[in-house]
Amino acid sequence: MVEHTVAATNAIVTLDVPIPEVIWGWMITLNMWAKSIGTGVVFVGAYLLARYSDRVGDQVKLWMPIVSFIFLNIFLLFTLLDLHQPFRMWHIFFYPHFTSAITVGAWMATVFTGIIFVMAVIAVKKYILKQECKIESLYNPLLKAAVVLAVPVTMYTATIMGEATARELWQTPTELVQMMLAALLTGSAVFLIIGGKWSYEIKRDLAIILGVSAFLSFTIYMGEYYFGHMKAEEVAAILQYVKEHGAYHVMFWAGQWIAFIIPMILVYFSLKSRSASMLYLASVSAIVGLYITKHVWLIIPQLLPLS
Amino acid sequence: MKLGFLVDLDLCMGCKGCEVACKVENKVPLHSWRLRVKYVDVGVYPETKRTYTPLRCNHCEDAPCERICPVSALHYLENGIVNIDKERCIGCAGCMMACPYGAIYMDPETNTADKCTYCAHRIASEMMPACVVACPVEANIFGDLDDPTSHISRYIMEHQKKGGVQVRKPEKNTHPKHFYVGGGQVQLNPLAAKREEGFNLFNNITHLDHIGGH
Repeated sequence: MVEHTVAATNAIVTLDVPIPEVIWGWMITLNMWAKSIGTGVVFVGAYLLARYSDRVGDQVKLWMPIVSFIFLNIFLLFTLLDLHQPFRMWHIFFYPHFTSAITVGAWMATVFTGIIFVMAVIAVKKYILKQECKIESLYNPLLKAAVVLAVPVTMYTATIMGEATARELWQTPTELVQMMLAALLTGSAVFLIIGGKWSYEIKRDLAIILGVSAFLSFTIYMGEYYFGHMKAEEVAAILQYVKEHGAYHVMFWAGQWIAFIIPMILVYFSLKSRSASMLYLASVSAIVGLYITKHVWLIIPQLLPLS
Repeated sequence: MKLGFLVDLDLCMGCKGCEVACKVENKVPLHSWRLRVKYVDVGVYPETKRTYTPLRCNHCEDAPCERICPVSALHYLENGIVNIDKERCIGCAGCMMACPYGAIYMDPETNTADKCTYCAHRIASEMMPACVVACPVEANIFGDLDDPTSHISRYIMEHQKKGGVQVRKPEKNTHPKHFYVGGGQVQLNPLAAKREEGFNLFNNITHLDHIGGH
């Protein structure tokens, strides 16, 4: 800031309350990360069913709702645990305030989880227990509803971040895209891990989704990192802190490498050599790295003093 | 009626009487503040000056805390006050993330959000907020912004001509109903003043653990 360099305007805060500790911490990171997987497998699973239903239909129909249900429950559990009054969670359904993206998101996520639960029950009965399921015919209509609902469920957290007016770093339009890319990244990574014996053609498609998602997400983060300072003083201060080897400098770059750069390199060499073996590593790297990336982006704007 | 606040920073002498009165009136727990006075030292020794800035909830017309609250625990009263219903609050801390002024805290005793309510309970009994009563120099001015004859409206109009009425962070589009007269950027913009280790009047500030929650 220019005023810091001029003696007459030199100013130092000598008494204020301490900056509060991080308000939204690792549980919210876990929330976003798990939700990305929970909805991402639905997007990518729907794509696989549309394109390769004859070859991998049964496996996708089984694992898509199961994986989604597990990670949606992790997401919901940690959302609940993060509340200071978790036993009042029911207020969100009985005293809803629909200007809040938290409310809208909670309602949509609940309905979405319900749909996925029914799909998981159908899949387990049919493919694992090998029993006749009376509601089997519901699977495909529910899948269509799930895909449509997965879009706002994936994106609503971006609107919460936008409603966090105090944190200038988070801009809703950018975060909307980042949330969708995170879902596609993890969705494709999960199916690359699950589909061990699938043909190269299917894995190639998944690798392309993984690689392109990583590239676009990385590009947006780099755009914000290098050019974000030009628009707002607060963003400039946050990014300057990270760039000048602040506490989250190493973690920021570790996240970028593990989530995006390493998977992009591995996908490139995998496609070039027509070998799928490197895609396991790329998938694990993307899933682990996404947590780190999300965590850094969640924490750094909270380090800024507001008074 | 639209209630508002104005602090004349030229009058404030940093006695913290308002802080103490607020703490007592509202039983604000240790480590938490509804109202506090920030000190900023300006200039270079020996030409230095200490400034004082009381900071509290701005009772914004477009309050981000009210918008993000999922259960309407934060709500508007008819007189414009942004009030909080602690019985309804679920403790999601969305309001703390949304408030650009850092005016909301998590009460460690109730595990719910809390903040300045302009002493809504006193106003309901036709009394002034505790901080206004405690101020020895009448730097805190409180009243109806809709009434052009009120003390606060006349004070604003008088100083508006000189271009001296400001709000904190107008770029956030929150339309605060808390005004300042006589302040500079170093007092109202948190990034205009440095925060350096060793320059605090009290360096060994410790946090009390919150009860439950995080």
